[in-house]
Amino acid sequence: MAETFEHDVVVVGGGGAGLRAAIAVAERNPELSVALLSKVYPMRSHTVTAEGGAAGVIKSNDDLETHCYDTVSGADWLADQDAVEILVNDAPRQLIQLEHWGCPWSRERDGSVAVRSFGGMKNQRTWYAADKSGFHMLHTLFQTTLKYPTITRYDEHYAAKLLIEDGRCGGVAALDLRTGSMRAITANSVILATGGAGYVFAFTTNGAIKTGDGMALAYRAGVPLKDMEFVQYHPTGLPGTGILITEAARGEGGIMLNRHGRRYLQDYDLGQPLEVTDPRHPQNRMMELGPRDRLSQAFHYEREKGNTFKMEEFEDVDAVHLDIRHLGEKRIDERLPFVRELCRDYQGIDPVHEPIPVRPVVHYTMGGIDTDIDGRTALPGLYAAGECACVSVNGANRLGSNSLVEILVFGERAANTATEEAGELKRPNPDALRTQAKDEAKRIQQTLLNGANANGGVRPAHVRNKLRKVMEAGCGIFRDAGTIQTACDALAELSEQAARMTLDDHGGAYNTQLINALEITGMLEVASAMAHSAHARTESRGSHQRTDYPERDDAQFLKHTLAYRQEAAAPRIDWKDVTITRWPPGERTYGR
Amino acid sequence: MAGEKRITLEIFRYNPEDGGEPFFQSYEVEYLNHWVVLDAINWIKDEIDGTIAHRWTCRMGVCGSCGMMVNGEPKLSCHSLLRDYAPGPVRVEPLQHFPVEKDLMIDKSGFMERLAEVKPYIIRDDVNDTGNGEYLQTPAQIAAYHEHSMCINCMLCYAGCPVMSLEPAFLGPAALALGQRYNLDSRDKGQAERVDAMSGDEGLWGCTFVGECSVVCPKHVDPAGAIQKGKIAAAKQWYANFIKPKGAKK
Ligand SMILES: Cc1cc2nc3c(=O)[nH]c(=O)nc-3n(C[C@H](O)[C@H](O)[C@H](O)COP(=O)(O)OP(=O)(O)OC[C@H]3O[C@@H](n4cnc5c(N)ncnc54)[C@H](O)[C@@H]3O)c2cc1C
Ligand code: FES
Repeated sequence: MAETFEHDVVVVGGGGAGLRAAIAVAERNPELSVALLSKVYPMRSHTVTAEGGAAGVIKSNDDLETHCYDTVSGADWLADQDAVEILVNDAPRQLIQLEHWGCPWSRERDGSVAVRSFGGMKNQRTWYAADKSGFHMLHTLFQTTLKYPTITRYDEHYAAKLLIEDGRCGGVAALDLRTGSMRAITANSVILATGGAGYVFAFTTNGAIKTGDGMALAYRAGVPLKDMEFVQYHPTGLPGTGILITEAARGEGGIMLNRHGRRYLQDYDLGQPLEVTDPRHPQNRMMELGPRDRLSQAFHYEREKGNTFKMEEFEDVDAVHLDIRHLGEKRIDERLPFVRELCRDYQGIDPVHEPIPVRPVVHYTMGGIDTDIDGRTALPGLYAAGECACVSVNGANRLGSNSLVEILVFGERAANTATEEAGELKRPNPDALRTQAKDEAKRIQQTLLNGANANGGVRPAHVRNKLRKVMEAGCGIFRDAGTIQTACDALAELSEQAARMTLDDHGGAYNTQLINALEITGMLEVASAMAHSAHARTESRGSHQRTDYPERDDAQFLKHTLAYRQEAAAPRIDWKDVTITRWPPGERTYGR
Repeated sequence: MAGEKRITLEIFRYNPEDGGEPFFQSYEVEYLNHWVVLDAINWIKDEIDGTIAHRWTCRMGVCGSCGMMVNGEPKLSCHSLLRDYAPGPVRVEPLQHFPVEKDLMIDKSGFMERLAEVKPYIIRDDVNDTGNGEYLQTPAQIAAYHEHSMCINCMLCYAGCPVMSLEPAFLGPAALALGQRYNLDSRDKGQAERVDAMSGDEGLWGCTFVGECSVVCPKHVDPAGAIQKGKIAAAKQWYANFIKPKGAKK
């Protein structure tokens, strides 16, 4: 049996993008009923961990043009410039709206919002709520959704499959975690806002829920995944846990030091350092405020030169120092209290008195579900927004603090499109959709819940751990044809193993092991799209650095990668032109 | 696993589907110095017993998913270093004062449903009018409510609160603190709309001011302080209404 619930719009995902989308539908058309589905309670979504802030031009010394240029050049010209303009133009309104809904942005003394410096941004434009920006944004959005009676929440529901009939998406099949029963949640429009996929890598700031489910759902339904080879390494994660130390630490003036105490970024074409006592420090688009791809790459070279140090307590991993001591206790407690708390609790050091050991850590997926600037995917009735989508505004390298506005701008935008189009197409036959949900329940029962592989089966966690190591080894900060091919082969082998996954838990209620197993099958799809896209792009651009093709090649590759899933075969890779409006491809310079 | 130290976890087990009684199951774990209780549970689930059910998302103390009773105290399991419990054993149970769904999972739906009662959002006519820029709010005005806005909804305060065990209808510390957070926000004009839900025996006046909520709170939200401020404001309001004739307000 699959119970059916009918709505007009289904939003899959209760993070920033999903909540913003749900509110937008409710605001725009109070006649429509919205289902808001999330595999965790909305306020547990990963947006909650975002620390540094959200970018939007608001001060008189800043302008939209510069924000656009920073984003386009930061993206190594792979972003679509029409999408970037939409992002930048709409960002201030979205952030003010969040403010009106209650977000406690940090303020200047006169009561206006305060902004801080961020990597790759020429001017100060990052709004922040101390260093818990995502937390406050997410709770503000969640609490605001409580105003709207037309939003029905399905908390702790796992979307397992898109329901597709007559060539259009008409809902999702979702497991109710509490009982394990499959439900058909139907609607005329489905918006995916399922977040990123950083958890397919072993060392990441992303928690275990960032498994790229929505990407896998769309991919399986024939929608291409775009630019999947572009995965962001953030330069400053805590070495043992991968917990993020926000870029805001450098925005406030923190400096990067190698084991000799040298501000090594000056050796990587990022400009010359100023003394930390110089009132002009930190300088935007220079040194510590360079873009993340370049800083993470610099770490790699430092390690090769022997300039990093080993951390015995964490299996001898290499690290450098992020030093914020000169900011002083007062400023640290005011601007970076969470950084201090995290360092004390998880690293056992106090950054007021000691430098913070850090290393690059997988942080963000620039790629995702291919959408147009209005959130449409190639499948009618299916829309996507947020980190799961690729519009694309992030291109080959996202700038810090652009993502928290992307989820607002494109969350609302996709919702507007979905709202308009919800009435246009004929609603798919509910019986057909229910049957599909029932079939999905049957499939799961037969493949994972019947204990068939009890002997000779594989523990899901083992497949997952192996997969995450394979990606780290094959598709890390630097890659080449050999490492990528090794990853592709290993992933194919792991997919065979995944077909033999054996569960200990065959029950219905809160079978979280089953959810993990379903996530793993999706992670394999997403990882495969990443590896094969990386293989096809024989150039270096932004976060995709091929040691065998070290140069950017605009003649061939000023194009988005599109990965199409194929049954029992490697994905088919296709290409799509980048939209260039006002900023022709140029040299990407920092520190000069 | 390359651990050096061993510790035993005694995990509360309960499965609603097998009709059995709850029991404690012991697992021995080798652990690394930086492991938290949550790491050990995850390791057990991955390697020994996949049937254990528990919640977690962030492993950095901010998503509020992973609350449990650890050796009898409400804790975030991602924020409780195993080495602090050496030599063990460590007893891990679901948060008290909640119905148990399965193993370490509690039923939070009651809280989620009741949260809306305190209208936790800015109430005023022009909230969707963004044309005139931000509402001004000075750092001092933020300070008036800021600590109460730090709640991660982890439910530890409900497990700590003695009233919750006696009076399940009590709105509870987190929900009241949240309502009060908006009441204290200079941008908000919705105090009057929250009065009914927040006062009364299920609301502010249900609190007996034991203050345990503020003790167990991992984020220094100080729900007890929020409730106390709420009581004072409500009492003032009551006197004001009492002294002035009805309708003379404002
Ligand atoms: C530690 C950290 C710090 C960051 N700091 C910043 C910052 O300072 N500035 C910035 O701009 N960006 C930052 N980012 C990036 C930014 O936070 C994210 O890109 C953004 O929050 C993603 O929002 P989202 O709504 O797309 O996804 P998420 O917040 O990840 O939400 C995804 C939602 O989808 C649901 N979901 C997923 N799969 C399913 C399924 N199968 N069924 C049902 N529901 C499902 C989840 O439950 C969740 O509700 C940071 C990221 C991290 C990890
Ligand atoms: S896992 Fe997020 S608070 Fe513990």
